[in-house]
Amino acid sequence: MVRTEELLLNVGPQHPSTHGVFRVVVKLDGEVITEATPVMGYLHRGTEKLAEDLTYTQIIPYTDRMDYVSAMTNNYVLVNAVEKLMQIEIPERAQFLRLIVMELQRIASHMVWWGTYLLDIGAMSPFLFAFRDREQIINLFNELSGARLTYNYMRVGGVKWDAPDGWIDKVRRFVSYMKEKLEEYHALVSGNEIFLSRIKGVGKYSAQDAIDFGLSGANLRCTGVKRDLRKDEPYCIYDRFEFDVPVGTNGDCYDRYMVRLEEMRQSLRILEQAVEQFPEGGEIMGKVSRVIRPPAGEIYAAIESPRGEIGCYIVSNGKDKPYRLKFRRPSFVNLQILPKLLVGETMTNLVTILGSIDIVVGEVDC
Amino acid sequence: MGDLLHENLSWRLVGIFSFWAAVMMVIVLVFVTYAIYFERKVIGWMQARKGPNRVGPLGLLQTVADVLKLLIKEDTIPKKADRPFFILAPVIVFVPSFAVIATIPFAENLYHASLNVGMLYYAALSSISTIGIVLGGWASNNKYALLGGMRSAAQMISYEIPLVISVVGVIMMTGTLNLHTIASAQAGGFWHWNFLPQIVGFIVFIIAAVSELNRTPFDLPEAESELVAGYHVEYSGFRFAFFMLAEYVYVFAIASLATVLFLGGWDAPLPFLNFIPGIVWFILKFASFVFFLFWIRATFPRIRIDQLMGLGWKVLLPLALINIVITAVYMEIAK
Repeated sequence: MVRTEELLLNVGPQHPSTHGVFRVVVKLDGEVITEATPVMGYLHRGTEKLAEDLTYTQIIPYTDRMDYVSAMTNNYVLVNAVEKLMQIEIPERAQFLRLIVMELQRIASHMVWWGTYLLDIGAMSPFLFAFRDREQIINLFNELSGARLTYNYMRVGGVKWDAPDGWIDKVRRFVSYMKEKLEEYHALVSGNEIFLSRIKGVGKYSAQDAIDFGLSGANLRCTGVKRDLRKDEPYCIYDRFEFDVPVGTNGDCYDRYMVRLEEMRQSLRILEQAVEQFPEGGEIMGKVSRVIRPPAGEIYAAIESPRGEIGCYIVSNGKDKPYRLKFRRPSFVNLQILPKLLVGETMTNLVTILGSIDIVVGEVDC
Repeated sequence: MGDLLHENLSWRLVGIFSFWAAVMMVIVLVFVTYAIYFERKVIGWMQARKGPNRVGPLGLLQTVADVLKLLIKEDTIPKKADRPFFILAPVIVFVPSFAVIATIPFAENLYHASLNVGMLYYAALSSISTIGIVLGGWASNNKYALLGGMRSAAQMISYEIPLVISVVGVIMMTGTLNLHTIASAQAGGFWHWNFLPQIVGFIVFIIAAVSELNRTPFDLPEAESELVAGYHVEYSGFRFAFFMLAEYVYVFAIASLATVLFLGGWDAPLPFLNFIPGIVWFILKFASFVFFLFWIRATFPRIRIDQLMGLGWKVLLPLALINIVITAVYMEIAK
């Protein structure tokens, strides 16, 4: 008589495919997962608590470090909430700069995801191609803000730096370059039989499940729910541009993959229009007092980050520091569906599913 | 040298045999050194990188430096590992990889042994390495290593069978298991080579061979993104080097075997090119095959373990069997 035993396997926090210091404790029956418990918090820095002792401008660099793959959108979620609370008018040129950097950031973030996801699945080359092209965006940001990853670019009332001469032309050139490269990505990977057999039908959930778990971003849209805050609750100047919201039908890894790649194409479309309409000259900072003191009150303002709905909830008591500040982080919320998805899958699919959810541990732990 | 085998064994003969064995080993080791360099360069260029270019001119000494580094590293054995088996495993993987090279004919008169059961000898010995991998995975007392070792056992058993059966067509056509005879039977230009009449067998052979080598897209036993490093996760220093060495020696062996079985061995593709020595043709064909292996590594994602089993048993094995039937029918008609 052979005695069999379940294997308790500790995946992470130092594991190549957990995208940072995330850990899953799985019970394995052979290679099949019978139970999965995510463990998080290794990167917790207490951003929300720290923010209570900082002025609003001082909090901006902390948002860079939450979702470090998409720092620009994180900058925006904070300044947007403060601006709404104070009802500040933002100059046209600043609006355009914000929109352009946010869309560039969305492309850069999806490229990191694309590269690392393919690396998880076992293909090495796409990762390097993605980072080669992402480098161009990083260089654009570097010219604009002097930083490559944590930009600290936006301010309450506008942006810190104006675009240098010729910067907009560089963005225009990048957009046409990236359009070609996106076709190349599709040609290289999207039709690969091995790749398709790895992701089609894997990690499936229904639209109802997605809504119940509060998923957002591509994780929600892959099930066919057409919700994109850029369209549904327009912020910045998104209502002036034409773009589609791609949705999937099956809610599996393949749909999430296709939705994200299509989002990159739509971002390029927005960028194309924005570059054409970019205003000559003008202010980049609105009229804001030197010390930012929002009136007493509460506000929740959410935007569409590459990972989903990122929101900022501020309770102000009229001082220059928030009384309480809370971020709704899409990575954290999206991750909650993981244990449900993993049961009954193999070890290999653990990596496929975790990768397709697209978490950034800095944002999960905050 | 073949005549020497029929003489009585004397110290002189032992000396001669040992000398040639040592020469072969040096050739293989140099191949491994530069195969790794070549692989890193090729994949580097495919991935818009430069590849190694710092150690020595054009980075030519990179692998030498890597090996030296591995040799001087501390030899760690985990406390709870099964010590004797942990030490034994790399040896079991490594020895057969060199032993299989004995039967491979590199040119008309350049071979170590012309065994009448050459093909069988190759298949039998190369499957011993699997035992070493499973043993290494088990003895490490590590869960990832265990999973890697188990995967490897399942994979190698499933792919050994189509690999051998895909070759049966060739063996039927030439009527021998002797690799030297198989290669000489294909003389006279590329239309005589086995890969044309045995195209199905050739394709099955390539797929099964890549799987045997544990290379992408079949690198599941050491799947980095899932199992960290698979069966050799606990190995470091020269024991790890032995695993790596065995892997690349098998690349050498399989590429040679494919050249001999399907690509005409040392035969020139067109008869008027016969003035070029056979060994040059062998090296060219061999190098193309090695390049092919590196190329797919840069291109493909990894297949999943259950799909791998499905492919092996449900697609490759039936294809190889059908190939045998077709070959048999064709031979009967042609006779």
